[in-house]
Amino acid sequence: MKFIKFLIFGILFGITLTKAEVISWYRIYEMFRFQSFHMYGILGSAVVLGMIIIQIIKRRKLRSVDGTPITIAPKERGISRYILGGFIFGLGWALTGACPGPLFILVGNGVSVFIVTIAAATLGTYTYGRIKHKLPH
Amino acid sequence: MEFLSQPWPWYVAGPLIAFIMFSLLLSGKRFGLSSNLRSMCAIMGAGKHCEFFDFNWKAQNWNLVFALGLIIGGAIASQWMSAGSVNLSKETVEELTGMGITNPGKQLIPEELFSWNNLLTIKGLIFVVLGGFLVGFGARYAGGCTSGHGISGLSDLQIPSLIAVIGFFLGGLTITYLLLPYILNI
Repeated sequence: MKFIKFLIFGILFGITLTKAEVISWYRIYEMFRFQSFHMYGILGSAVVLGMIIIQIIKRRKLRSVDGTPITIAPKERGISRYILGGFIFGLGWALTGACPGPLFILVGNGVSVFIVTIAAATLGTYTYGRIKHKLPH
Repeated sequence: MEFLSQPWPWYVAGPLIAFIMFSLLLSGKRFGLSSNLRSMCAIMGAGKHCEFFDFNWKAQNWNLVFALGLIIGGAIASQWMSAGSVNLSKETVEELTGMGITNPGKQLIPEELFSWNNLLTIKGLIFVVLGGFLVGFGARYAGGCTSGHGISGLSDLQIPSLIAVIGFFLGGLTITYLLLPYILNI
């Protein structure tokens, strides 16, 4: 039962991304061709509001419901892994038209072939884990 | 009810995404979907022979429940709240039509690229399988995806996340500007 709220947050997120057409391959194509403001409006407003929220959390030293301070661990420093990993992710994002969240949401929308994409993404993650030490980070 | 069945504008969706990130932070969790792929590897036993997957994935169970919610949310929206078509810009529709996609935006996704029937064609393998592989590989290599870097990381003004997002765009633009016309012609 302690997980029920995460199920509800997930449902809300799934409905939101479906209704805003974020899970549409076409919308991702349109974004990567700069032909509509829609996706930029969504990501931009989420980030601007997110910045405000995180500033408030930091200044007021807000705590989570279990009483621990809310901290966001800084990502480790580096450039290669972010630019190379990001580039590879971007290739996949534009091909599938979906990042990891929408992969699941599309299956819920009845586009069941995305089960294969999720399996392929899992295999991709596994492959990264196996060859991690050979890659520049 | 009219509002629910219409596509939601960006100024509704963006704030809702920020609200969900905030709710997860208040619950002591961090917004990041691609971690689930790593958990799935660990659950299938990858930790036994690969150190990267030898971690306490049970602490990430909440995130798998979140992903289950995504599936349910997608099902609810498509059953009871959906228009089914995508309101694309005229430019996009013309361009994709020119590249041989039939009726762009009439459905959520182009069926000629994403369907069980076409899965074992070259296009199907590129879009469904290779694309998925690159998403999973790249997200873990970069240490996060759109939610972890794009929303959480940028909101926290983290430079690595900004670099990752630049990488996302370099990759995405490489596909749409350089490769897609060729791939669609295969």
